Amino acid sequence: MPTDFLGRVTAVFQRYGMSMLQGAGVSLQIALVGTFIGCIIGFAVGIVQTIPVEQKDNPAKKGALWFIKLILNAYVEFFRGTPMMAQAMFIYYGLFPLMGLNPSMRQSAYFILSINTGAYMAETVRGGILSIDSGQTEGAKAIGMTHVQLMLYVILPQALRNIMPQIGNNLIINIKDSCVLSVIGVAELLYKTKAAAGALYMNFETYTITMVVYFIMTFTCSRILRWMENRMDGSDNYDLATTDTLAHTSGMYRYPDEKKEER
Amino acid sequence: MADNGHVLEVRHLSKSFGKHVVLRDIDFQVDTGDVTCIIGASGSGKSTLLRCINMLETPTTGEILYHEKDITDHKVNVPAYRSRVGMVFQSFNLFNNMTVLDNCMVGQIKVLKKGKEEAKKNAMKYLEKVGMAPYIHAKPRQISGGQKQRVAIARALAMEPEVLLFDEPTSALDPQMVGEVLAVMRTLAKEGITMIIVTHEMAFARDVSSHVVFMADGVIEEEGSPDELFGSPKKAKTQEFLSRFIGG
Repeated sequence: MPTDFLGRVTAVFQRYGMSMLQGAGVSLQIALVGTFIGCIIGFAVGIVQTIPVEQKDNPAKKGALWFIKLILNAYVEFFRGTPMMAQAMFIYYGLFPLMGLNPSMRQSAYFILSINTGAYMAETVRGGILSIDSGQTEGAKAIGMTHVQLMLYVILPQALRNIMPQIGNNLIINIKDSCVLSVIGVAELLYKTKAAAGALYMNFETYTITMVVYFIMTFTCSRILRWMENRMDGSDNYDLATTDTLAHTSGMYRYPDEKKEER
Repeated sequence: MADNGHVLEVRHLSKSFGKHVVLRDIDFQVDTGDVTCIIGASGSGKSTLLRCINMLETPTTGEILYHEKDITDHKVNVPAYRSRVGMVFQSFNLFNNMTVLDNCMVGQIKVLKKGKEEAKKNAMKYLEKVGMAPYIHAKPRQISGGQKQRVAIARALAMEPEVLLFDEPTSALDPQMVGEVLAVMRTLAKEGITMIIVTHEMAFARDVSSHVVFMADGVIEEEGSPDELFGSPKKAKTQEFLSRFIGG
């Protein structure tokens, strides 16, 4: 074993690097799946929670909505209010066997992370929807859109843009926090690190590698998300349409650059 | 349909927010081609009345008849009604996630179920009318207030509504932009489009309207032709209100 620090790190990496990178792959995969499904859950819950109740609605609809919102609230509060590690043990060793389910470790990991992210995202989405100026809703209502239409075409696209930083936050948290799922035996990066560090009694060197790998994953993801945000914002410039626009009714034609107006 | 000619008829309309009564027993009618201006001090209930007409506020009591049909009734399809009655807001309310052109197309496509080509043709027609055709690729954040309001008017017109409601369309604009928006509205008035306009622009109201309603403290204090109301107001409150404008 070399005596200098970098040399020892290299040695650890040579012996356990592949195993740790595999673990990193698992971490990333769980985080991506969990965040994606979590976002879908979050949007569904957030959208339902912002459905307006109007006086003229019939009592059955009001009652049903009240009940659904109550359940969703309970879901959000419960999963936000208890540690994910405890939930993982509770669900994997308790709830699943009790219900006669026998999912694989990986499937359980997806499930636990998704449902957790969903609870946080629900509040994020709700906040995103509430953050859109009520004028947007009124403008959409005034041209005759229904609640579903105005959500779909006007509010949600804007809310999604506004909560993109928060989605990024969640993804990064998930990449790191997927490590608590090692309690149910998921062989992700931290699990592999512990094994390597334990086998060699070289904590400092092994965890150095782990830190670098985690940082590379999170930093890459945060850059990708920032790029997506910029794409959603679109160009800061716009082209003046100076030729006959009806000649190109497909709407796909962009006008030449020399007409670009700076603002 | 037995139609007595009124496009819109407001009957005994009242609105209160909690204990605060904003509108009290409002009655008035609008016929096809009418340009009705509603004037009055801030807080007199003008905007609330207009918002009630578009059901953005639910009236506490009273009826709003659209071609004899009470739209405050629970069974009425409010979105369908709103697509027949356009509204232009003080704060423009253009959809920030869409270009100028898309703003004018989305309602036609999603609500009126028109084809894309037809919607675009129609949108371009009205954008040209308000002088915004060159800006179709711009996003709302990239254009000025007056331009936004002209797009908002084009968006409302593109739905080809029977009645257009204007809620203080120039109050958020500087004097120069006020001019460009009022010019567009004048054109519309000349073309015989039925409009209800809440405004603080007295000269414009006198010039353009066929009927003027003066509101004070949630009631219609006085109404009549522009010459009657501006020329020889009968009520003390009307005289006082108008004197401030002529004096200032």
